[in-house]
Amino acid sequence: MKPAIQINGIHKSFGGLHALNGVDLTVEQGEFFALLGPNGAGKSTLINILAGLIKPSTGDISVMGFDVVQQYQQARKLLGVVPQELVFDPFFNVREMLRFQAGYFGCGPENDAWVDEILEGLGLSDKAHTNMRRLSGGMKRRALIAQALAHKPPVIVLDEPTAGVDVELRQMLWEFIKKLNRDGHTIILTTHYLEEAEALCSRVAMMKQGKIVALDSTANLLNKFAGKQLRLILGDVNLPASIQPLLRSQEKGAFTFALHDMVQIEFVLSALREANIKVIDMQLNEADLEDVFLSLVGNQND
Amino acid sequence: MTKLALISSEFRGPWTLFKKELLRFWRVSFQTVAAPVITALLYLLIFSHVLERHVQVYDGVPYTAFLIPGLIMMSVLQNAFANSSSSLIQSKVMGNLVFVLLTPLTHFQFFMAFLLAAIIRGLVVGLCIYLIAMWFIALPIANPWLIFAFAFFGSALLGTFGIIAGIWADRFDQMAAFQNFIIMPLSFLSGVFYSIHSLPPFWQKVSQLNPFFYMIDGFRYGFFGKGDVSPLISLSIVGTSFLVLAWLTLKMLKSGYKLRA
Ligand SMILES: Nc1ncnc2c1ncn2[C@@H]1O[C@H](COP(=O)(O)OP(=O)(O)OP(=O)(O)O)[C@@H](O)[C@H]1O
Ligand SMILES: [Mg+2]
Repeated sequence: MKPAIQINGIHKSFGGLHALNGVDLTVEQGEFFALLGPNGAGKSTLINILAGLIKPSTGDISVMGFDVVQQYQQARKLLGVVPQELVFDPFFNVREMLRFQAGYFGCGPENDAWVDEILEGLGLSDKAHTNMRRLSGGMKRRALIAQALAHKPPVIVLDEPTAGVDVELRQMLWEFIKKLNRDGHTIILTTHYLEEAEALCSRVAMMKQGKIVALDSTANLLNKFAGKQLRLILGDVNLPASIQPLLRSQEKGAFTFALHDMVQIEFVLSALREANIKVIDMQLNEADLEDVFLSLVGNQND
Repeated sequence: MTKLALISSEFRGPWTLFKKELLRFWRVSFQTVAAPVITALLYLLIFSHVLERHVQVYDGVPYTAFLIPGLIMMSVLQNAFANSSSSLIQSKVMGNLVFVLLTPLTHFQFFMAFLLAAIIRGLVVGLCIYLIAMWFIALPIANPWLIFAFAFFGSALLGTFGIIAGIWADRFDQMAAFQNFIIMPLSFLSGVFYSIHSLPPFWQKVSQLNPFFYMIDGFRYGFFGKGDVSPLISLSIVGTSFLVLAWLTLKMLKSGYKLRA
């Protein structure tokens, strides 16, 4: 089976600015994949190259085996992209836009049932005849997502689909996207809500300054990079040197240690006992993607 | 929608884009058709009233009759240009052109859809002015094929020019500059209101460099059977200009100039 998306050595510069510095990535069919990274990391640039909106400086990308430049017609038919920018056509209503969008891809009246399903799934049914201009911001975002799905593409790319969207829609949207994933669609998304990525995606790539700095299953990333966090309230003390390396952060007598396993808890506690430091309070947290994210890409100054 | 079932899925993409472009101006036909028709009729009223008794262009042709084909053609050209250029600049500024750029439509299909919609807008406006002008004065028709050919290729030429302007301009004010510094002067100095034979020799030469002159003159020839130059020369100039601009537009679209960074 051809990978849903295959990215080989993509570089992109805008004038002197190197937005992408050699990105390689393979996403298999049926995956639910997250592309994470701080503002300006190059996520949208990568997606726009995939979609054919931007030309790569070097490197190539294929969608289910079709090169996005050489075989752009086949590649684009297989791809549905939700742009990050909230754009809309003020001349038409929601259903018209969806029919047009499907039509551009060669879908005819046989596709109308699918259009209704999208409207239903995204809670747009009662807005079907509303002009795009008159939709609220969140509704416009839904319509934008619906447009990307109009031709029922097997590979779906969502660039921050939940930006500026209320909790209810986020839930509704993810239910709908999860259903599409169960039906076999490959899903790739970017988001700044890391808990979303953690809950939904089986694999994650983290980008920083145009490069992928981590690529693994969500579970492995959590284990490898963050493990567990031990937060101790100790008051105003000097930590023993032996446990200094484990310290992640410190604020006013509260110390947070990043630990790989439970054995290290015992190690920290006994070191404190030997130094005669009293533990006032203690909290043990499972790490989440945010910790991984911060430890990998948090430091913007290097 | 049912008639679409007959159309193969291959053809459906460009057909949809064409239909959307048609609907886009038809939905606001008050501005896109009625307004230019009224403008042309105002010109007709004012100029024919002021000049009827003073200007004799061709023997036996009243000035008002001389004026009407020129006004029709000027409106055809301006509206064909306006259709493709304003659709593109609006979609670019609003950002919704991405919906078309994401599709498998080829650059040729993209070109054809915008071009045909522009031609139809030009022809619809021209036809409306013609039908209304018929109430004022009867025009002869010497050669209907010439009339149609000039209207068709003229609007194709300007529709193509509008696509180029729409691709090139990034902002509305740049588009307005195109409109005010190229389209308007060329159309007013093309012999809509006079025959270039009434001009001093130098300005006759200058007029002959203006492609609008050939479109207007040839179109008018279709009505009266006479003009300033042979209609076949005019038609070949208009046709060649169209082919050159179409080739340029297709090259721009294929390279992704200004549309795909
Ligand atoms: N068309 C463009 N012209 C010039 N520079 C650009 C262009 N598009 C993106 N950039 C630059 O490329 C870099 C990567 O931008 P990109 O939009 O890909 O980031 P991102 O990861 O999507 O960020 P965000 O999370 O804010 O959406 C940024 O420095 C941006 O300024
Ligand atoms: Mg982005």
